[in-house]
Amino acid sequence: MIKNISNLGDAALYCDFGTEVNKEINRNVINYFNNLRDSNFLGITNITPSYNKLVISFDLKLTSFAKLKKQVENLELKKKNNSKNNLIKIPVCCAEEFALDIKRLQKLLKINEAKIYETFFSKNYYCYMTGFIAGMPFLGDMDKSLFAKRLETPRVKVPKNSIGITEQFCNIYTFESPGGWNIIGKTPVDIFDNKKNTEPNLINPGDTISFYPISKLEYEKKYE
Amino acid sequence: MKKNMNKNYFEVLRPGINSTFQDNGRNNFYHIGIPFSGAMDNRNFILANTISNNEINNPVLEFAYQGPKLKYIGENISINVTGDVNFKIIRKNKNLEFSCYENIILENNDCLDILSTNRSVYGYLSIGGTFEVDYYLNSCSTNTKAKIGANSGKKLEKGQIIHLKNIKKILPKNKIEYLNSKIENIRIIKGPHFDYFSKDAIDSFLSDEFNVTKLSDRMGIRLKGPKISNIKNTNIKSEGLVKGVIQITADGDPIIMLSDHGTIGGYPKIGVVISADYDKLVQIPPGSKIKFKEINLKDAETIFKLYEMETQNLISNFK
Repeated sequence: MIKNISNLGDAALYCDFGTEVNKEINRNVINYFNNLRDSNFLGITNITPSYNKLVISFDLKLTSFAKLKKQVENLELKKKNNSKNNLIKIPVCCAEEFALDIKRLQKLLKINEAKIYETFFSKNYYCYMTGFIAGMPFLGDMDKSLFAKRLETPRVKVPKNSIGITEQFCNIYTFESPGGWNIIGKTPVDIFDNKKNTEPNLINPGDTISFYPISKLEYEKKYE
Repeated sequence: MKKNMNKNYFEVLRPGINSTFQDNGRNNFYHIGIPFSGAMDNRNFILANTISNNEINNPVLEFAYQGPKLKYIGENISINVTGDVNFKIIRKNKNLEFSCYENIILENNDCLDILSTNRSVYGYLSIGGTFEVDYYLNSCSTNTKAKIGANSGKKLEKGQIIHLKNIKKILPKNKIEYLNSKIENIRIIKGPHFDYFSKDAIDSFLSDEFNVTKLSDRMGIRLKGPKISNIKNTNIKSEGLVKGVIQITADGDPIIMLSDHGTIGGYPKIGVVISADYDKLVQIPPGSKIKFKEINLKDAETIFKLYEMETQNLISNFK
C-alpha cells in the first residue's frame, strides 16, 4: 500500500509505494488510481500513476495538501476492479526499414534476429503507465535475454508508431519524437488517435498487450 | 445555416513566433500523457477575459515575444491586450497607440499589430465575443506536441482566417490599473529528491544565479549555471511531474517544467516552484538571471492566498 505521502510543491501529493518495479506494486498504484478517479474528492485536477508512485495534483483554490492527504489516507479501497483493464492485440511489422536497431541488438545481445523476434512475440506485456508523450505506453517485462541498454546517443526523431525496447521494458512511440530506445518494428495501428474526443488512447495503465508479427503487405493493407 | 455567419473575422497577416489559442487548460488527462496546457500566465489570461466581460474560461489568443499582425473585417468590436505588450492599431494609414488592460474598439479594415512583449514572454488578446475554435477533451488549449486543441493543434499560420462569433455590444471604456512586476527570486519548496544532491550542490542551487537559456518554451525553461552534482543517482524510475517541478538532468543542469511539460520524467526533482510565483516565472525571458529561494509549504500556501486575493481585487475593482 502507500508507504508515505509527501507534498510535491504546494499543489500536489506524492504517494510513494516503494522503490522496486514490479506488477504487484504497480497494481496497487493503479488500484488507488481507479478508486481515486471514482472518489470525486474536491479539487483534484490530475492523477498520474507510474511504476511505483502516484502523483495527485490539485487546485490550491479548492483544497490543500493537508485536506487531500487525509482524504487519500482514509480512502476506502473497493475490491480490485480489473474490469476496466483489457487484453489488446497489436500487430507489428518487422521489415528492415522499420527495425532500425535490430542489427545493433543482434551484436549487443549475441542472439540472432529470428530468436529475438521469437522471444519478443512469445510474451504478453503489462502496461505500467502511459505518458511522457500523449498515449505512450510503458510495457513490461521483457524476457531477460532481451535486456538492452538505450542508444548512447538518442535519435532526434523516432518515427511515429515505432516499437522500442530497453532494459525490462518496451513501448510504442505514439508521435514522432526524440528517443533512445532500440527500435525493432512498427505498428500500423494508431495507439493515440487525436481525432477521437473520448478515450483517444488505445492502451491504459493496467492493460495487457500481446504483439503479433505481420508482413509488409499486411502492414500496407492496414493503412488503406 | 445562420445568416451573417462568419461575417466577422481576422485575417492573419503575420502569425508571430508562437501564437496559440488557450483557455484554462485540460484537467484529468495526465494519466494518458496529456499535459494541462492552458494560458501560461493565468492572471493575465483572467484579466483579459475580465476586461472583455467574458466567461473566465473563454478562449484567448496567446502570443510570445513577437505577436501576430491581424487584419479585422466586420462590425465594431471591443478588444483588449494584457501583459507587458507593445502594440498598435493601423487605421486608414494612421498608427494609433493604446495601452494594455483597456477596452479598445476595433473597426472594419483596422489592422492590429502586436509588435512585441517587453522584457517578458507572453501576452494575451481577448475580444468582446468568442474566437470560433475547436475543442478537444473539454478545452480549446492548443498543444502543438500532441497536435490537439484549437487550430488542429497548430500555431497560428500566415494567411489563415480566424472566425469570430457572439460579438457583444461595444463595452464602456474602462481600464484595469495593473503593472506586471518582475521577479528574480523564484520561491521553491524542496522536492522529493532533495537529498540526492551534495550539500555544496544545494548551497550553490540556493545561492547562485542561473541563466534562462534560449531553449525555453511552453514545455519548460532550461537553465545554465553552476553544475548541480548528484551524489546518489542521476536517473530515477520515471514518475509523475507537475508544472513548476525543477528536475536536474544527468549533466547537472536544472529544467523547470511548464504547462505543456511531458507528464512523466526520470530525472531527480530537487524542488518545485510555488504556485504564487508561476505566472511571473513563465514571463522571465531568455538571457535573464534568476535565483532560487527555499520556503516551507505553509508559507507557500499563505502567499498563494494573498496572490489569489490580489487577483480577485483587480477583478472586483474593474467591475
